[in-house]
Amino acid sequence: MNEFIADSPFKFYTRLHLSELTGYKAYNLKELLKILKKISGSSIYYHTHRYLQQHQYLSPEPPNDFAYWVKEGLGEDKLAEKLASIDTIQFSSIRELRNKIIDTIKKYIIENPLSKKRQANSNQGFYFIKAISFVFYTGYEVFTLQEFCNVLSKITIDSIYYHIFESRLRLEKGKNDFSNWIENSLFEKQIAAEIDKIDPYTHTMEELRNTIIKIIKKRIEK
Amino acid sequence: MIKIDDYIPVVGQAVIDDLKRISEKLKDRKIKNINSTPVGGGVAEILSRLVPLLNELGIQTCWDVIKGGENFFEVTKKFHNAIHGKKEDISKRDFEIFLKTSEENISQIRTEEDIIFIHDPQPIALIENKKDNKWIWRCHIDASNPDKKVWNFLKKFIINYDAVVFSAPAFSSPLPVRQFLISPSIDPLSEKNRELKKEEIESVLKKYNIPKDKPLLTQISRFDRLKDPIGVIEVYKRVKKNVDCRLLLAGGTAIDDPEGMEVYYEVLEKAKHDKDIIILNMQHNDFEVNALQRASDVILQKSIKEGFGLTVAEALWKEKPVVASNVGGISLQITHKYSGMLCYSIDGAAFAVKQILNNPAYGKKLGLNGKEHIKNNFLITRHLKEYMLLFLSLYHNKDIIYF
Repeated sequence: MNEFIADSPFKFYTRLHLSELTGYKAYNLKELLKILKKISGSSIYYHTHRYLQQHQYLSPEPPNDFAYWVKEGLGEDKLAEKLASIDTIQFSSIRELRNKIIDTIKKYIIENPLSKKRQANSNQGFYFIKAISFVFYTGYEVFTLQEFCNVLSKITIDSIYYHIFESRLRLEKGKNDFSNWIENSLFEKQIAAEIDKIDPYTHTMEELRNTIIKIIKKRIEK
Repeated sequence: MIKIDDYIPVVGQAVIDDLKRISEKLKDRKIKNINSTPVGGGVAEILSRLVPLLNELGIQTCWDVIKGGENFFEVTKKFHNAIHGKKEDISKRDFEIFLKTSEENISQIRTEEDIIFIHDPQPIALIENKKDNKWIWRCHIDASNPDKKVWNFLKKFIINYDAVVFSAPAFSSPLPVRQFLISPSIDPLSEKNRELKKEEIESVLKKYNIPKDKPLLTQISRFDRLKDPIGVIEVYKRVKKNVDCRLLLAGGTAIDDPEGMEVYYEVLEKAKHDKDIIILNMQHNDFEVNALQRASDVILQKSIKEGFGLTVAEALWKEKPVVASNVGGISLQITHKYSGMLCYSIDGAAFAVKQILNNPAYGKKLGLNGKEHIKNNFLITRHLKEYMLLFLSLYHNKDIIYF
């Protein structure tokens, strides 16, 4: 059993968000591309992560708004699949993710020139929204793996979301907060690596919580 | 009186803890809501739930209602329809009536609180009273294709607000003001949505003489042309050709809607030769609405335009299969064929109703998925959270805010 006490605690924060409308709308791929190039990173982040919190159970929604709209609004199923399968976990910044989305659409237009002519109905435009994040300290501080596990089991999914998604990609920390602390403060490299290896984009938030708890419990019970 | 902790069994302790955490940051703020009617319609209903909860969370919140005569509300009803894109004959005199009543309200309603939260167009001109406090305009209407004359008139007021809130992304338009997206919500513990016993449901059916010998299709909405009650009767008639069923059209009228009685009489006329059509012009009674929704086999919301369509969320919360027009905020609540059925026409709605009546297991699945979606996205606790974040955002201008 690991009872190592860290010098510095892990502080649990939570992130709550509000959606701000940007006023930008697209009705075809050309307009979508044009706006994608100039819109704020907070909007790219919103449209590639919204589903994670809105659909906490398994649902038929594709994993990002761009893919959904390209399929439902323009009927471009092939491009929708390409956008939906972008492996977000590979990217360590919104800038890189934005470039990948833009490149995917550009390449598709070159290969399928007719796609440029597809137009969404007037009531089916793509409305760019951005995420305003409010980060709060939850009051939970832990020093051991056991304490970490206890808090993780009861914290909101918004807190897990913040430490796994927001801090890695939006705040460009490179790695999720849990792995960082477990590796650098508890010196548990293997557990840190196991958590970092999980692709959080293919889990519901509750599954993600349970998967991390399982990894930690296994180590505690050793 | 429902308390904030009463929601813990529905949404979990952690969600309530978050609400308390945010409210700490607003403890010294005073907020005033202003709208045009104390009862009837979605806005009054939401405010009657949110205001006490905000106060319980320690944020001093009050609610005031503007005054207006019949002339004023006839004009604002025209505005309402025109924002929805309906062609309305709006004269110079109408604008004068609006401004005159607004002036009376401007001089009578006190607005010295930190945040003034104005709901819908009727009280919009109160912004003339703005000093160094924060003002929000909450548009509950589908403003995606508004009549330009009316919108340009309202825009002169809108641009002086600190923030504007819409219920769906499509409702927004280019404005030199920050715009936020906040969907309305339902209260799972209210009389309208709480669990009911079988006997309670039966007592309401008995009161209104509604037999349960055949499937019951129901639309519960104000008697308003935009809710298309005549279209609902057409849907029923098409379904009835193949599946024996009964239609219930239940609703009431609000004091800010002078057209209500006129539409009610049109509906009575249309239904007069069919004993299986039941028309109820009800007094405001949340418990009875709850019972009627729970007694139904399919819920319809065949609106032509819709701000959000909270009746859809109410029905889905009760695990009912819903057939609704793809207008306003309804598409945010229903994913077609997954958590309900979306339609564009009378024929489309009739086909969807027949599919559900002929496949009860499919209807059940739609209802179950629908409830899950509402639980995750459209309950009052989410609404409360977003309103508090909105208040905080008035004092911060960054995309990531740390507390």
